[in-house]
Amino acid sequence: MAAHLSYGRVNLNILREAARKELREFLDKCAGSKAIVWDEYLTGPFGLIAQYSLLKEHEVEKMFTLKGGRVPPADVKNIIFFVRPRLELMDIIAENVISEEKLPAPREAHILFVPRRSLLCEQRLKEQGVLNSFTNIDEYILDLIPYDGDLLSMESESAFRECYLENDQTSLFHTAKGLMTLQALYGTIPQIFGKGECARHVANMMLRMKREFAGSQNQILPVFDTLLLLDRNVDLLTPLATQLTYEGLIDEIYGITNGYVKLPPEKFAQKKPGEGGKDLPTEPKKLQLNSAEELYAEIRDKNFNAVGAALSKKAKIISAAFEERHNAKTVGEIKNFVSQLPHMQAARSSLANHTSVAELIKDITTSESFFDNLTVEQEFMTGVDTDKINTYIEDCIAQKDPLIKILRLVCMQSVCNNGLKQKVLDYYKREILQTYGYEHILTLNNLEKVGLLKPQTTTRNNYPTIRKTLKLWMEDANEQNPNDISYVYSGYAPLSVRLTQVLARPGWRSIEEVLKMLPGPHFEERQQLPSGLHKKRKGPVSNMYHFEFAGQQGENRTTLVFFLGGVTYAEIAALRFLSQMEDGGTEYIIATTKLINGTSWVKSLMDRPEAQIL
Amino acid sequence: MAFVTANWNPLGDAFYRKVELYEMGWSLKDGLRECLVAAAPYGGPIALLKEPQRRSPSARPQLEIYSSSGVTMASFVWKSGVVKQLGWTVCDDLLCIQEDGTILIYDLFGNFKRHFSMGNEVGQSQVLEAKVIHSPYGTGVAIVTGASRFTLATNIDDLKLRRLPEVPGLQGAPPCWAVLTQDRQSKVLVANGADIFILDNAVCTPVNPPGLSPQATSIVHMCVSFSYKYLALFTDSGHVWMGSTDLKEKLSEVDTKVRNTPKQMAWCRRPKSREPSVVIMWDRHLLVAGVCKDTIPYHLDDDSVLVPELDGVRIVNGTHHELLQEVPAACEEIFKIASMAPGALLLEALKEYEKESQKADEYLREIKEQNLLGEAVRQCVEAAGHEQEAETQKTLLRAASFGKCFLSNFSPEPQVCMCRDLRVLNAVRDYTVGIPLTHMQFRQMTVRVLIDRLVYRKLYPLAIEICRYLKTPEYQGVSRVLKHWACCKVQQKEEADENIARAISLKLGEAAGISYSEIATKAYECGRTELAIKLLEFEPRSGEQVPLLLKIKRSQLALSKAIESGDTDLVYTVVTYLKNEMNRGDFFMTLRNQPVALSLYRQFCKHQEQDTLKDLFNQDDDHQELGNFYVKASYQEKKLEARIGLLQSAVDEYNKAKNEFAAKVTEEEMRLLRFQRRLEEEKGECLLGFSLHDTISTLLSLGLHKHAEQLYKEFRVPDKRYWWLKLTALAEKEDWEELEKFAKSKKSPIGYLPFVEVCVKRQNKYEAKKYVSKVTLDQKVKAHLSVGDLEGAADAAIERRNEGEIGAVLSRCSPATDRALVERLNRAKATAAKK
Repeated sequence: MAAHLSYGRVNLNILREAARKELREFLDKCAGSKAIVWDEYLTGPFGLIAQYSLLKEHEVEKMFTLKGGRVPPADVKNIIFFVRPRLELMDIIAENVISEEKLPAPREAHILFVPRRSLLCEQRLKEQGVLNSFTNIDEYILDLIPYDGDLLSMESESAFRECYLENDQTSLFHTAKGLMTLQALYGTIPQIFGKGECARHVANMMLRMKREFAGSQNQILPVFDTLLLLDRNVDLLTPLATQLTYEGLIDEIYGITNGYVKLPPEKFAQKKPGEGGKDLPTEPKKLQLNSAEELYAEIRDKNFNAVGAALSKKAKIISAAFEERHNAKTVGEIKNFVSQLPHMQAARSSLANHTSVAELIKDITTSESFFDNLTVEQEFMTGVDTDKINTYIEDCIAQKDPLIKILRLVCMQSVCNNGLKQKVLDYYKREILQTYGYEHILTLNNLEKVGLLKPQTTTRNNYPTIRKTLKLWMEDANEQNPNDISYVYSGYAPLSVRLTQVLARPGWRSIEEVLKMLPGPHFEERQQLPSGLHKKRKGPVSNMYHFEFAGQQGENRTTLVFFLGGVTYAEIAALRFLSQMEDGGTEYIIATTKLINGTSWVKSLMDRPEAQIL
Repeated sequence: MAFVTANWNPLGDAFYRKVELYEMGWSLKDGLRECLVAAAPYGGPIALLKEPQRRSPSARPQLEIYSSSGVTMASFVWKSGVVKQLGWTVCDDLLCIQEDGTILIYDLFGNFKRHFSMGNEVGQSQVLEAKVIHSPYGTGVAIVTGASRFTLATNIDDLKLRRLPEVPGLQGAPPCWAVLTQDRQSKVLVANGADIFILDNAVCTPVNPPGLSPQATSIVHMCVSFSYKYLALFTDSGHVWMGSTDLKEKLSEVDTKVRNTPKQMAWCRRPKSREPSVVIMWDRHLLVAGVCKDTIPYHLDDDSVLVPELDGVRIVNGTHHELLQEVPAACEEIFKIASMAPGALLLEALKEYEKESQKADEYLREIKEQNLLGEAVRQCVEAAGHEQEAETQKTLLRAASFGKCFLSNFSPEPQVCMCRDLRVLNAVRDYTVGIPLTHMQFRQMTVRVLIDRLVYRKLYPLAIEICRYLKTPEYQGVSRVLKHWACCKVQQKEEADENIARAISLKLGEAAGISYSEIATKAYECGRTELAIKLLEFEPRSGEQVPLLLKIKRSQLALSKAIESGDTDLVYTVVTYLKNEMNRGDFFMTLRNQPVALSLYRQFCKHQEQDTLKDLFNQDDDHQELGNFYVKASYQEKKLEARIGLLQSAVDEYNKAKNEFAAKVTEEEMRLLRFQRRLEEEKGECLLGFSLHDTISTLLSLGLHKHAEQLYKEFRVPDKRYWWLKLTALAEKEDWEELEKFAKSKKSPIGYLPFVEVCVKRQNKYEAKKYVSKVTLDQKVKAHLSVGDLEGAADAAIERRNEGEIGAVLSRCSPATDRALVERLNRAKATAAKK
C-alpha cells in the first residue's frame, strides 16, 4: 500500500506502520461496531495513514462529519469522535452527546484527540456536563505524517500564522514531540543545527523532553546524523516566488492537498471509439501524486521547461516497449511480454495523465501575464528597482487582478528591499484598500506583523549582500541539465536550501556575516548517544564551524531538514537535487509543519471579517 | 555435604526435610508464650504483641516487629484498644485488628499510617476472631462478631465492607472457619458442629465433605492451602480429612490418634508436589500427615508458630526458625543414598575429578552412554536452587559446569540465571536482612516485588546493588529505589530543607526517569511546602510539576513552569485556573508579565470572549490592536450608524497609536460608506459595502459619470488607476462612443495600448484600430499584432530594428502570409542581428 515510503534511505514506512498500529489498538478498545464522527480537517491527513479498508476491518461501519445537532442514526454500538483539541469543536461534541443521551438506546461515545489530549478541552466538556458520558478519552499522537519516501509533514495549516503572528507555539510543541517520536523509532539524532527563534525553541523543548524520557532510552543506531531546524521567517522570500518545477507549478496553479490534486477534467476525457467523446466529464479529475508513480518521481522535480522533453522521451520508450510484441516469437517470449503488460499499461496511462497535466500547465506558463509576473519577480530577486513603485503592480491593481497575486508581489518587493520606503508602502496599501476593500487593513496589518511587509527603517538594504554571498541568483541556470539548485526557480536559488547546502559544506562559519543579517539565533546542539552506540559509529569530529568531511568521503550522511512554518515543493526539489549530487555526500529527508506555496501561505495570514450585510 | 540426607524423613514415596533457616536474633524471655504472633509469608516480617508481665489494669502490652531472623525493627508500647488479631498486608504493613472493629495500620518500623473500621455495627457486638487474607485483589480482612456474623473486606485499599448472611444455628464464635478465594470471589467456610457452610455475598449454603468419617461429631479445626485449592478438616475423632476446597473431591483421611484440638494446622505442599501433606501442631507435638496416610512425628521443644508458604511451612519458635518441606525431586535424585540418577553420577564425577581420580571419566562415560549428560546438568542446576547452604549450592553448580564442558550447543542461560538468582537470594537470606526466600518463592514474587520489600525495609544500598547486578532497567530498578529513598529522606524532620534538597539532587542527579514530583508531593504531604518547591525544580517533566504547584497554591510558579515546558495546553490550564482564582486586575497583571501566556489567552479570548480581549488591549494601552479590534467589530454590525461609530472608535485608537495611515484610510472608509448610503437614497442603487474600486466601476457602468468623477477626486485616486478603471468599465459596457471621448479627453497616463487591448478583448477590432496610431513607438508592434495587422507590425518592427520584435512578428506569420513580407522581415532580422 505504501511501498514508496520505504524506497528511500530512511524507511518512513516504519513511522506509518507505528501510526497504523496505534490506530488499530484504539479502535479495538471500543469493542463492537462503530461510527466515526470526523473533524473534517483531519480526514485529509488521516488518509495518508489509513484508508477506509483499515477502519472497516475494525468494525467501523459509518463515517460522519462533525456538526451541530445530533449524530445521524446508524445501527452501531459506538460513536467515536476524531477531533483536534479545539474548544469550538468541544461545544459541538457536547451538543451531539446531549441529544444522543435523550435517545432510548444511546450509543457509547468515545473521543480520540489528534494529536494530543487537552486538559482545556476536557475542562470544557466537563463544564458542558458531558465529560463522564465518554467511555474512552484518548489521544492519537499523529505529529509527523509520512508524505512520501523522503518527506514528512504535520499538515498543520496554520502553523506559520500561529507561531509568527499570534505567538502561539502549540505547533512547535507538537513539532518537538513529533521529533521525539521520530527519534524513538530511528535513534537519537546526534547533531542539531538551527536558525531562527522557533528553531531555538523547538531544540530547547527537544533537549528538555530528552531529559524527561531519560531512562527509557532506546538502543537504536541513529539513522539521521544531523537535524537542521529552519524557521520559515529566516527565508520569507522563497515561498513568495513562483515555483517553476513541475510539481511546484501543479501546486501553484491547482493546489495539492494531502497528496492529491484536482484538475479540470476536459483534458482527461477518455477517447473511446463510438462514444464520440461528447460526454465530457464534469467532475474534476483527482490524481494522487507521489513517488509510487515511477514517471512522476522522475519528472516532478524537473524545471517545467525540461518536462516536455522528458515526457516525449518516455513516450518513445513506452511505445518501443509495446513494439516488442512483434519481436516476440517463441511462447516464452510472448509469456514474458504478457507478464510485463500490466506494468506497461500503468506506465502508459501515467504518461497520458502527465501529458495532459503538462498541457494544462503549459497553457498558463506561456501566457503573457504569467511571463510578465515572472519577469517582475525576477527583477525583484535580482534587485532591480526594488525601491520604487512598480508599474506592473500598479497596473495589476488597476485591473483588479487577484488580491493574493498583488500581495505576493508587494511582499516580495518589500523582502528584496529590506522594507519599503514609507511613501511607497503607504501608496501600495492605499491602492490595495481602495481597490479590494478597506477590510483588508487587517490583512495588511498581519503581513506587517510577520515581517512580510515593512517600512524601511535603515537606508541599508542587506538583501544584495545576502544575495551575493549565498549566490541566490545564478545568471546561467541550466533548466535542462541542472548543475545548481537555482534551476528550481530558473535562476533563483532558494535561500533556505542554500543555508542547508552551506552547512553541509563548507560550514556556517563561512557565512557568519550573513547569518547575523537573517533573523533569529543560529546554534548547534549535540545529543549524547546511549553508550554502546558510540563505538559502532565513526564519530565525525565537527562543530558548527567545522562541519568537515574529513574521513567521511564516500560515507553518506543523512540530514533531516525541518522547515518550521512550511516548505514549498520547489525547495524540496532543490534538496532532492542536492541528495542526488554525486559528490554531495549528504542525503536529505525533509520535514515540515505544512507544504505551502505563496498563495496558500499568504491566504493563511489573511483576516477576512465576515461582513454583515448592511 | 555428606549429611545432606541426615534431616530427611520418608513420607510415602517422597522425603520431607526440616532445614534450619536462622537461630533467632531476638531474646524472648518466655518464647512465644502469651504472644499474639503474625508472620508474613514469603519470608516476611514477624510481629509480636506481648501481654504485659504484671497483670495490672494499667499495664499495656508491647508490640514488637522483627525480621524473619529475629532482628528488631520496631518496639513500642501498645496504647490503643484490645487487639484481637495481627496480620501483614502485601506491602509489608502491619494490620492490628481491634476488638471494636477498628483496624490500625503501621509500617514496618512501627509508624502509624492510618486506620479504618470494619463497620459501625461491630462496635457493640465486638470482634471475636479475625483473619487477614491475601488474594490477587490485595490484602483483605474477615471478622466474625459476637453476634456470630461475618464481615468481609476483600481489599483494604479499596474498602468495600460486605456483611455475609447469617449461619443457621450458630451461637458465639464458630469452632473453626477459613476464608478462601474462589471464582474471583472471597468466601467464608465455617463449621458448626458437624455442619459446614459456605458463605458468599448472598447466601449461606450447607455443604458436605465427601467421605468424612462417620465417627466425627464435630469439626474442630480447618485450614486452606496457600493456593486456596485444598482444604483440610480436623475432627473431634482425631481424623484429618483432606480434599479440594470445592468439596467435590476427597484426597485422603488420616487418623492422627490425637483427639485434642490442634493449635494450628497448615498444608505443606509445593507446585507439582508428589506427596502433599498437612502439618498439624499441638502444644509440643508436630505431625506431618501425608495424603498417602504416612505420617512423620516431630517433637517440639517450645511454643511454635506455623507459617504456610508456597512450597512448605516455616516453623518459628522462641529460638529457631526452620523450614519444613517436601524434598524437591531434583535434590532427591541427586542426594538419595545410592542414587544412580544422572545428576548424582555427575556430582560423583566432579568429586572424583577434584580428587584427580580417573574414576571421573568412568562416571562421565556412564552418563554419556545413556545420553543423559544434559539432564544431569539440568538436575544439578535445579537442585542448587533448592539448597539453602551456599557450599552445597556451589558444589552443585560446579558439577553442572563440569558436565557442561562435555556438551556442545548447550544453552548456558539457565545456569547463569540460577547463579545470579542464588547470589541475590543468599544476599537477602543473610541474617542482617532476614528474608529467607526459597528460589521458588523468589520466582513467584518477582524481582520487582523483592526490591519493593527491601525498599520498605529501607535497605536502599542492597536494593540498588541488586538492581545493578540483575541489570534491571534503570527506571524500574535503581531509579525506583532512589525515589523511595528520597521520599523517606524528605521525612527527616530534623534536616534543613536546603540540605535535603541538595542531598537528593546529588544522589538522584544522574539517575534516569526519576519522578521528582512524586518526591515533592511526599514532602508537601509532610507539610514541607518549601522543600516541595525546591524538589520540583529538579523535575524535568513540567506536566508533572504544574499540577502540584497549583495544589500548593504556587500558581505563578506553575505558570512559568508551564510556559517553560512549551506545552500550550498546560499553559491554558494554568491560565484558566488563575482566571478563576484571582481578581481580574491581578490576573491581567500576571499575564502581562508572561507574554507567552498572554498571547495564548488572547487567542482564547478571540474565539471565546471578545469583550475580555478588548479589556486586555486596553490595559496594555495597545491602541493599534484596539483599532483593529474595532474595525473587526464594525463588520459585525448590521446598522450603518453603528458600523460608522465603531470605525470612529478605530480611528481614535489608530490616532493614539500614531498610525496616521490607518486612521486616514479608516476615515476614508467612513466617508465611502456615507457616500454609498447617500447614493442609495438618491438613486436607489445599493452599493453599500463595495470597495471604492467597485463603487466607481458600478457608477461608471450605470452612467453616473459625475458621481464617479466626484469619488475619483475626493479619494484622490491616482490618474493611472482611474483611467484603467474607466477604460475597463466603458469597454465592458461596450460604450465605444464614451470610450473614444474619454481617450480624447486628455493625454492618457497609461498610454493607448490598453485601449487597443480592451477593445480586442471585446472582439471589436474596428474600435481597437482607432487607437493603434496613438500607441507609443515601443508598444506599436504589440498593438498592431493585437489587432492582427501583420504588415503594420512588420513595418513598426523593421523601423525599430528590434530583433526580438521582428522575431515576435515572424512567429505570428503562417504559410498563408505574403512571402515578400516574410522575406523582408528575415532580412531585417539579419541586419539587426549583425549590429
